[in-house]
Amino acid sequence: MKDTRPVNLDLTAFRFPLTALLSITHRVTGVIIFFGVAILLYLLELSLKSEAGFAEAQELLTSPLAKFVLWGVVSGLLYHIVAGTKHLIMDWGVGETLAGAAIAGRITIVTSVALIIAAGFWIW
Amino acid sequence: MVTSVTNFSRSGLSDWIAQRVSAVVLLAYSLFIFISLLTGPELSYAAWSELFSHTAVRLFSLLAIFALCVHAWIGMWTIATDYLTASHLGASATAIRFGFLIGCALLVVIYLLWGIQIFWGS
Repeated sequence: MKDTRPVNLDLTAFRFPLTALLSITHRVTGVIIFFGVAILLYLLELSLKSEAGFAEAQELLTSPLAKFVLWGVVSGLLYHIVAGTKHLIMDWGVGETLAGAAIAGRITIVTSVALIIAAGFWIW
Repeated sequence: MVTSVTNFSRSGLSDWIAQRVSAVVLLAYSLFIFISLLTGPELSYAAWSELFSHTAVRLFSLLAIFALCVHAWIGMWTIATDYLTASHLGASATAIRFGFLIGCALLVVIYLLWGIQIFWGS
C-alpha cells in the first residue's frame, strides 16, 4: 500500500485556532438544524392546517421549554447562515488569506451573537 | 481512482457546487421567511395561510425543502466520513457509519415527502 494515502488526523492532538472553532461550530449547528427541521416542519404543518391548529401552535410556543428549544434551533440556523455567507463570500475569492479568515471569523461571531440575542428578545 | 458510492453526486467537485447552490436557495428562503415574519402584521391564521396559498410561495417552499435535503445529505455525509472512521471507532466504524448514514437518508426522505405534503397536499 502506498504510504502517501490520506490519513485521518488525530484531532485531539491539536490546539484549535479561532477559525477551526468556527468551522466545528458550523458543523455542530448543521447537525442541530438537520434534526431541528423536524420541529419546524411540525409547527408549520400544525399552523397551516386550520384556525384551531394555528391556535394550538401558538399555545405550544407559550411554554418556556418550547421557547428555549425554538430559540436553540433558530440560533443554530442564524449562526449557520452567517458562517455560510462568509464561506460563499470567501469562495468568491474575497478575504481568502489567513489574516482575512481571522477578520471574517470575528465578524461572524459578532454578527451571529447579535442576531441570536435579537432572536431571543423576539421569541420571548 | 476509487469512486465513493455514498456521497451525493459521486464526485467531490459536484458535491461542492451542489452544497453552494443549495446554500444560496436556503439563504434566500430563510431571508424570505424572516422578513415575512418581521414585517407582516400581527401574525394570524388568515395572514399566515394566505402567505402559503400563493403558487410562487409554494414553489419556493418546495425548492427550499429540496435544497435542504441535498444540503443536509452532503453535510451529514461529510461529517460521518470525517468522524465515524476506523481511527476514531475501530473495526466497527464502517458498520456504525453506514447505520448512521441510512438513518440520515431516511430522515432526508421523510423531510422531502413531509414538505411536499405540507406545501402541496391541500
